[in-house]
Amino acid sequence: MGEEEGLHQTQLLDTMFVRGLKRKCFDGEEDIEGTLAGFKAIPSYNLQRQSLLDMSLVKLQLCHMLVEPNLCRSVLIANTVRQIQEEMTQDGTWQMINTQSAGQTSLDRLVSTDILCRSSKEQAEGKLVPVYSTFAKDCEGTQSQDNSEIMSTVTSPQVPRNLQSNMWEMENPQENRGNFQKSLDQIFETLENKSPNTVEDLFSEVDNSYYDLDTVLTGMMSNTKMGHCDLETFPSQTSANSNSNCKSDLNELDHIVEILVES
Amino acid sequence: EALVISTAHLEGSEKHPYSGQHLSTSDIISTVEFNHTGELLATGDKGGRVVIFQREQESKNQPHRRGEYNVYSTFQSHEPEFDYLKSLEIEEKINKIRWLPQQNAAYFLLSTNDKTVKLWKVSERDKRPEGYNLKDEDGRLRDPSMITMLRVPVLRPMDLMVEATPRRVFANAHTYHINSISVNSDYETYMSADDLRINLWNFEITNQSFNIVDIKPANMEELTEVITAAEFHPHHCNTFVYSSSKGTIRLCDMRASALCDRHSKFFEEPEDPSNRSFFSEIISSISDVKFSHSGRYIMTRDYLTVKVWDLNMENRPIETYQVHDYLRSKLCSLYENDCIFDKFECVWNGSDSVIMTGSYNNFFRMFDRNTKRDVTLEASRENSKPRAILKPRKVCVGGKRRKDEISVDSLDFSKKILHTAWHPSENIIAVAATNNLYIFQDKVN
Repeated sequence: MGEEEGLHQTQLLDTMFVRGLKRKCFDGEEDIEGTLAGFKAIPSYNLQRQSLLDMSLVKLQLCHMLVEPNLCRSVLIANTVRQIQEEMTQDGTWQMINTQSAGQTSLDRLVSTDILCRSSKEQAEGKLVPVYSTFAKDCEGTQSQDNSEIMSTVTSPQVPRNLQSNMWEMENPQENRGNFQKSLDQIFETLENKSPNTVEDLFSEVDNSYYDLDTVLTGMMSNTKMGHCDLETFPSQTSANSNSNCKSDLNELDHIVEILVES
Repeated sequence: EALVISTAHLEGSEKHPYSGQHLSTSDIISTVEFNHTGELLATGDKGGRVVIFQREQESKNQPHRRGEYNVYSTFQSHEPEFDYLKSLEIEEKINKIRWLPQQNAAYFLLSTNDKTVKLWKVSERDKRPEGYNLKDEDGRLRDPSMITMLRVPVLRPMDLMVEATPRRVFANAHTYHINSISVNSDYETYMSADDLRINLWNFEITNQSFNIVDIKPANMEELTEVITAAEFHPHHCNTFVYSSSKGTIRLCDMRASALCDRHSKFFEEPEDPSNRSFFSEIISSISDVKFSHSGRYIMTRDYLTVKVWDLNMENRPIETYQVHDYLRSKLCSLYENDCIFDKFECVWNGSDSVIMTGSYNNFFRMFDRNTKRDVTLEASRENSKPRAILKPRKVCVGGKRRKDEISVDSLDFSKKILHTAWHPSENIIAVAATNNLYIFQDKVN
């Protein structure tokens, strides 16, 4: 693979990112006319992007388990997550999901997603603290003002929803809840299908795909490599997408969360 | 008098071999800094220890031992602490050391961990008083009734002892982790910067500091940018710069207002749309910012490049150097293993003509700004022997690998050179490779 060829691939992929050609492909049938490479690239790009999102969310959770989170690293990861979600919103990937999850903004579901995003210490204490408030909690110990902000977060069942919408700072607050739900639901899907016992298992599963993720997302790919990005190599994610990601069975959800937080 | 340095000399050759020193320490070195004359070299490590090396006086008898660095003083600067309020440990790792210019016989330096800055005095003692009246030479108290005459104690020579004493402790001013300290050119004040705030201190006052930059949002959920490094201008005591995780540099003037939230200058390069990826922001995050000795330029280090900016031009750097562009296609793996968050430092040589920064596999890079030549060198035991020749290294990015080249996939990402230092006037560099310190000296006669 020559460097020029790689560069052209980059330009192609980056053009797709910018123009949102993926939207067309995602509808499926209409794109039979497209080139073989293009057809294979686009859905696998979505899967790769989803994997990156999942990995980032796991990293954010892991950084809460550390002694004191490195704020710069956490902010950069969170910005990456926000970027992915914004792109997924723009290209309509969220639409299917949002229609199903709209109206199901029960507190219980929010509680489950919160569990993923706080440290095991806080879980033990049973506090409701969304991701960034955990930033604040970890970093601010001494100012009473901040403490009172956090206290209000903990006591008010309404507040987590608002904080989540603030967290991602997007135009449409309705979408935000759906977005966050969806990505974490996909993590749960992955867990359920592969039954890992620990967070490390999740991480190591995610590991294998990243060699390809490298090549896709940073744009230096050859056609042969793209062959590896067939849907077949991502069986669980494929089924996840086709199952429409709507987890309404809270018992299952709790069970999965238990597995996740056990480590 | 500006010293003209050519990269050819630094590469080493049969005519101009290097003298290299290699010292192994028990802990990972976390900062390296020469003092203003280059006579002393300080290192800080993960265990909170500071080791100071002193350059040997050159002697005519032993010309080949030209100015080697020997251990001068070792002391424990910071201890691990526990923050009971947050149930968190405060690491004792020394993040930065900065020297004060020498004003008397003693040496002064600032060392900092995540939360506390300390001013240390390092002084020599080569005399001690003898002939006390009330105690004998062993220090035991004498029976007053046995004293029949008075004498005046006299100073007698003793073996040289170097002692380090903490003179000031500047604590409890940072909620977030301190990443930078910088001594002002007025030699009366200094600044300490953490992720969200920068404080100005007077050396004499430890219970107060002025907050001069605060980028903490009212709502922490809105946080998207942090401060990554800060430095005072080398000559203008009212001017400083700070860099951010979004790849921007702000220059501030303390005369404009007490709180320098509004910058005087804002340096940012427009993004290259052809290189855009999900990792663009992370790799644009600036890990180090340094003024040139002249004060005319600033140098910044982000994950893949080093950039030189002219203070008079805010919209783009005047020079960009690729440190290890072959990593651009590996960003996702480097994100996964957290290497993408590594914070590399960068340094100028004394005449601002050459810049140096570290990379992986114990490689470090030098860029000659005048000739536009660059070189990759390796810090290893083999090339740190007394008359070693530092051979340039090359990373092979694809296709056929030549004999001496190393392929990108063989690079050892656990061997990273984050901290380097350059002697203020001579071609002597200090390179920290995990728990090894390498000192290379150019032997131009």
